[in-house]
Amino acid sequence: MTSLQKPEIAIVGGGPAGLSAALSAVRQGAEVMLIDRDPALGGQLVKQTHMFFGSKKEYAAIRGIDIPGQLMFALEEDGKGKFSPILNTTVLGYYDDGVILAEKEEEQAVLIKPQKTIIATGAAEKMLPFPGNDLPGVYGAGAVQTLMNVYGIKPGTRVLMIGAGNIGLIVSYQLMQAGVEVAAIIEGAPKIGGYLVHATKIRRAGIPIKTSHTIKEAYGNKSVEGALICSLDENWCAVPGSDLDMKVDVICLAVGLTPQTELLWQAGCQQKYIPELGGYVPLRSEKMQTSLPDLYVAGDVACIEEAGSAMVEGKIAGLFAAADLGYDEKVEERYHGFSRELEELRAGPTGAKIRQGLSRLNGGAEVC
Amino acid sequence: MEDNTIICRCEDLTLADIRAMIKKGFHNPQEIKRLTRCGMGPCQGSTCRELLLKEVAAASGKSIGELEMTTFRPPTKPIKAKSILMGGDHDEI
Repeated sequence: MTSLQKPEIAIVGGGPAGLSAALSAVRQGAEVMLIDRDPALGGQLVKQTHMFFGSKKEYAAIRGIDIPGQLMFALEEDGKGKFSPILNTTVLGYYDDGVILAEKEEEQAVLIKPQKTIIATGAAEKMLPFPGNDLPGVYGAGAVQTLMNVYGIKPGTRVLMIGAGNIGLIVSYQLMQAGVEVAAIIEGAPKIGGYLVHATKIRRAGIPIKTSHTIKEAYGNKSVEGALICSLDENWCAVPGSDLDMKVDVICLAVGLTPQTELLWQAGCQQKYIPELGGYVPLRSEKMQTSLPDLYVAGDVACIEEAGSAMVEGKIAGLFAAADLGYDEKVEERYHGFSRELEELRAGPTGAKIRQGLSRLNGGAEVC
Repeated sequence: MEDNTIICRCEDLTLADIRAMIKKGFHNPQEIKRLTRCGMGPCQGSTCRELLLKEVAAASGKSIGELEMTTFRPPTKPIKAKSILMGGDHDEI
């Protein structure tokens, strides 16, 4: 029999956003239960072997894999008696009465009725439709990263990377570091989406980055043996006669992320489709509070961005979830600091898409 | 090309299957989901939902935001019957 647990705040997802939210909330004095499906906290950070950019406060020049440890250390110090992580536990449902149903160790139901809930479930990888996309050897970039950086397994010997955003570029570099050949990176858009510093590192290593190129099909008997790629014209149509046959045994898709909003849909909070933010995202206030007053969001589930801004959003969500319960010491002052950090992270040309998406979300022109 | 392009891996639906539904006049992702089970397998649509929405949007000339979104229900992933049997009492809540 499972008894109903009643923490003050429940956080779903122990990635950068969830961990930061937990730290922020316990520092205010609230009691936090953090639920994560994996055996260890950290979310996607556990496989980010590269150094981070962004603001120094948000761990720039520190490797992603080292961040969870630092946050956990702070949580142990500041969250004594107030912080309880529940690992290997997947949240299955969020019900009208605010009850969370979860499954622990794949065999035990857990019922939780928190006063406030912060959803920090992150994102899922997007799929691309092409013939042969179900062949073994077609991976998401995140899966390749997990195989290599968490389990030490090479996905194959020669890889075609699809997508030249930051994830495509970084995973290509990590494949090279692991001794796997990257045949090429192809990108549908006419421009490389990721940071130039990553792209130049790749180019220096001799890997071609082909912009305005897409995959036509993957072929192979029992698994991927090759791919046909072709170039695209300015209307994203295949250029006749431009087909190129690439012999690869792995096709790695890095074609974007989409917010993992299923619990938000179940809860019934208002959402809007904003392509710049990755798809459907929840409407929320500057406090990271959704249209349901007891439900907060932080990180990629709210807007596909980077770990740095996810952590600041987490701090804001944790701060206000705690403040709404009466733990409101220095709220204004702390919020002011966090919101300035967020502004700095989103400043400049790299944040333009996010700023535009957020302004649309907050009542700007309807997207079509 | 569309015949062996998989859209929903869990329920084994191809692009041709989805386009056939659209051709029949179903311009609503929710209807297509109910009739084909697209998105109702173990992954609960995390791979195919976006692809289905895109196809319907392209065919109907609408934006994804204007389409009726499919319904989300618990559980978010497959679970063992044991977990349900070991669950809590309703009275506790």
